Amino acid sequence: MARAVTTPRKALNTAIAWTIGLLIFFPILWTVLTSFKTEAEAIANPPVFLFFDWTLENYGVVQERSNYMRFLWNSVIIAGGSTILGIIIAVPAAWSMAFVPSRRTKDILLWMLSTKMLPAVGVLYPIYLLCIELGVLDNRYALVVILMLINLPIIVWMLYTYFREIPGEILEAARMDGASLKDELLYVLTPMAVPGIASTLLLNFILAWNEAFWTLNLTSVDAAPLTAFIASYSSPEGLFFAKLSAASTMAIAPILILGWFSQKQLVRGLTFGAVK
Amino acid sequence: MFMKTVLRTTSAIALCASATAAFADGHSPTITIATVNNGDMIRMQGYTDQFTEETGIAVEWVTLEENVLRQRVTTDITTEGGQFDIMTIGMYEAPIWGSNGWLVPLDNLSAEYNVDDILPAMRGGLSHDGTLYAAPFYGESSMVMYRTDLMEAAGLEMPAAPTWEFIREAAAAMTDRDNDINGICLRGKPGWGEGGAFINAMANSFGARVVDEEWNAQLDSEAWATTINFFNDMMQESGPAGFATNGFNENLSLFNQGLCGMWIDATVAASFVTNPDDSEVADSVGFALAPDNGLGPRSNWLWAWALAVPAGTQQQDEAMQFIEWATGTAYIEMVAENEGWANVPPGARQSLYDNPNYADVPFAQMTLDSILSANPNEPTVDPVPYTGVQFMAIPEFAGFWTEVSQEFSNAYAGQQSVEDALANAQNIVNEALSAAGYQ
Amino acid sequence: MATQSSRSAARIMMAPAVFLLLVWMLVPLSLTLILSFKRFLPLRGDRIGERGDGFGDFLLDYITGFPTLDWVGFQNFSAFASSGAFTDAVITTLVIVGGVLAVSVIFGILLAMLLDQPMWGQGVVRILVIAPFFVMPTVSALVWKNMFMDPTNGLFAHLWRAFGADPVVWLSDVPMFSLILIISWQWLPFATLILLTAFQSLDSEQLEAAEMDGAGPLARFFFIALPHLSRAITIVILIQTIFLLAVFAEIFVTTGGAFGTRTLTYLIYQRVLESQNIGLGSAGGVYAIILANIVAIFLMRIVGKNLDR
Repeated sequence: MARAVTTPRKALNTAIAWTIGLLIFFPILWTVLTSFKTEAEAIANPPVFLFFDWTLENYGVVQERSNYMRFLWNSVIIAGGSTILGIIIAVPAAWSMAFVPSRRTKDILLWMLSTKMLPAVGVLYPIYLLCIELGVLDNRYALVVILMLINLPIIVWMLYTYFREIPGEILEAARMDGASLKDELLYVLTPMAVPGIASTLLLNFILAWNEAFWTLNLTSVDAAPLTAFIASYSSPEGLFFAKLSAASTMAIAPILILGWFSQKQLVRGLTFGAVK
Repeated sequence: MFMKTVLRTTSAIALCASATAAFADGHSPTITIATVNNGDMIRMQGYTDQFTEETGIAVEWVTLEENVLRQRVTTDITTEGGQFDIMTIGMYEAPIWGSNGWLVPLDNLSAEYNVDDILPAMRGGLSHDGTLYAAPFYGESSMVMYRTDLMEAAGLEMPAAPTWEFIREAAAAMTDRDNDINGICLRGKPGWGEGGAFINAMANSFGARVVDEEWNAQLDSEAWATTINFFNDMMQESGPAGFATNGFNENLSLFNQGLCGMWIDATVAASFVTNPDDSEVADSVGFALAPDNGLGPRSNWLWAWALAVPAGTQQQDEAMQFIEWATGTAYIEMVAENEGWANVPPGARQSLYDNPNYADVPFAQMTLDSILSANPNEPTVDPVPYTGVQFMAIPEFAGFWTEVSQEFSNAYAGQQSVEDALANAQNIVNEALSAAGYQ
Repeated sequence: MATQSSRSAARIMMAPAVFLLLVWMLVPLSLTLILSFKRFLPLRGDRIGERGDGFGDFLLDYITGFPTLDWVGFQNFSAFASSGAFTDAVITTLVIVGGVLAVSVIFGILLAMLLDQPMWGQGVVRILVIAPFFVMPTVSALVWKNMFMDPTNGLFAHLWRAFGADPVVWLSDVPMFSLILIISWQWLPFATLILLTAFQSLDSEQLEAAEMDGAGPLARFFFIALPHLSRAITIVILIQTIFLLAVFAEIFVTTGGAFGTRTLTYLIYQRVLESQNIGLGSAGGVYAIILANIVAIFLMRIVGKNLDR
């Protein structure tokens, strides 16, 4: 609904939007800035904004204490693995729900979502025991499976709503032309579905990356991701704002950068069928 | 013939030994240690390379914030998950876990380690039925830390063993709201190990007790009402804004910034507040015993962070080696050499306090006196059926006391009256104890 | 239209996802149900079978209803519900969910409307607004609690002092407001994005026609824009509710459940992990499932209508 507007009106819009945008972004900006300060500057009153002695000292301290790359790699494997596995399982399901709907499709979809409503903490004990007996405590692949299951309903739903927007007539036409189910999936549907899949992939990567209950409780060393990394920097003794900021920045930077670079793809598919 | 056999055997053994050594080089054993992110533990982490060099044993650290650590190690020990070869636990957990057979008894320590050097108070608190289950890395009590300059300016003098009345008067005299100086900073933060620990130890000195000998909750007693009202009134008069959310770390930070006249807290804090790198008031800190009311018990607690080996670990020998290294005298000397005597882990060994070098440290004697004045076996004025000063050594305590301390903190924050908080606390304790079958 | 063969193909394609979710639902659900009728105090030495006896034995124990643990009937349920904390926790849960939903929907609409206007640097503003959604809940809670809300060194305290006011002790004076603020900060971007896409699909001709007919901006918003957004709004509400009912890290890091911020999830955490009473916690879990379903039925009646289209 872009309409012609006067320049002053546009300037006003710009000013308000930028102010609000910066306000919302400020906590992140402040964290990043603080991570380059000394501990004394981090709590200085009045606060220093940009004009301080920039130092990398905090990052050095954090890196010395914990092997950041290992945590990062585990996060990548767990979030990436669970998302890809989830997509592989969800695409056929969402496809059949969207193109061969039955009376129960809606019920199945809502039931899937309802599986997310069980409070995880209540079943920590039995699941922990189960992992012991299966020998998969502190195992990345176990977490890949668990996080996949946690996010599967959201993945199915997102893909379903996206697939539904693909007009059925195209498929009909393809079938008329004698396309097999395989052809239909591979040559007709997939190209049209790529943006939706990409956005589903991104959203679930973010959700898996930030999942902090199972990833913290079922890991110790080998599989510990960044959520466990940050747990060693909350409320230690003494002044810690700068070190906390450095650790926080390290924990969120990869996903933030990924999110920014791919935000167009993310936004395009993040409709859950809200737009018709 | 005989000689030949001997030679053969010897060479075979030698071969085996060298093969084992080679094997060990290729796959050095690794132990996993869960620990809390306190300063002394982080320092220990920094010295791990020394240990690996000496023994060839690699160490993986899982460093967690205190609450997360408790939750992780408790889950792992009760399910026998085997995630850790060494766990950092406290005086609360050690006897309970030891009595359940979940920890490896530390009764095979080397002569060199000199287990008898461990302070009897620490050894007793980490043992069950005379068997030691965890080796103290550092031990602590609590004491008064105060600003000598502010005390002087207020025209007062801190006695070596103050009373609560004096503390309250001094706090009021030192308070200077215009300059953001709070007369006293104390823990009000919810959590059994935070404000819950402080108020429980304080209540002991007011003649209160959590339960009577039949395990009936006593939080509706006059003594408890006096304790909470005294604490709350004093903190409203002379404490910092938002004391209901302040725990050890928050108060340490306030004190180091020169915003507190007095702070009653863990003795280990003494080395932080006198360290000029961290503290703006390092050169004007005095120490005194935790206050009392002339009833017998003082308001100081007893605690140790200790290393324990869960039963069933595959690396028991290596874990023992680490414990001897980390809690032995050589470690203390190494830290002293590199960082100065004030920064060694305190409160665990008698020999440290016999060491003339350590005697120069300003807080050394007061720390020892505080530790010695705590009595976990008779913590209260009236008899109680449990041991422990600021905690009860029963499995249910951590759960219900966290909830009780939340009720107290709600009262400090003005969300409910002290009477309501105590009435709720009384119910919480009775519910928990009757559910567990004590009553 | 759909043939018999495509129907069966569809069923096969759906099977893996349905089967996995069925297992993932039934295993925890049945465990919660069984344990909620049990006395299970691990610190008192209660055990499920022997450690290391393998998966087979665990399965056998599971099928036979964990014979090593005593059945206690409805005791856990009555104990959980009769404790004074229960009703407060339910109310707190609903207030947090409702509060965050209200904030993210109302401000989400306003923000989406703003971002839909022509301006310079729209892409950058969108990047700024979306950013909080990428931040881990633990990190965002730590940052807000320490660097902003700390009554001594926090930025808000500095700001208040600069204006000569006494700093607010956020987490104990206005704990619910603070929590809702933190959680809304994380979820506002999500709501804004979904609502923004909905706004962009709004037919501008329809709006212009309405304007010609003399409809004021408010009338245009309420009679054209809002109905158009209704579907997007219900989706925001549905998805956020699922996540908000499970909010945990934010409370754990900031107040630890004190000052009246103990939600049902947090109460269960206290029973299971702090008190180590699995039976009691599991009974709480059953109550939480019931609450979630009441909320869900309520929501799905609304959303379900929209999904029918």
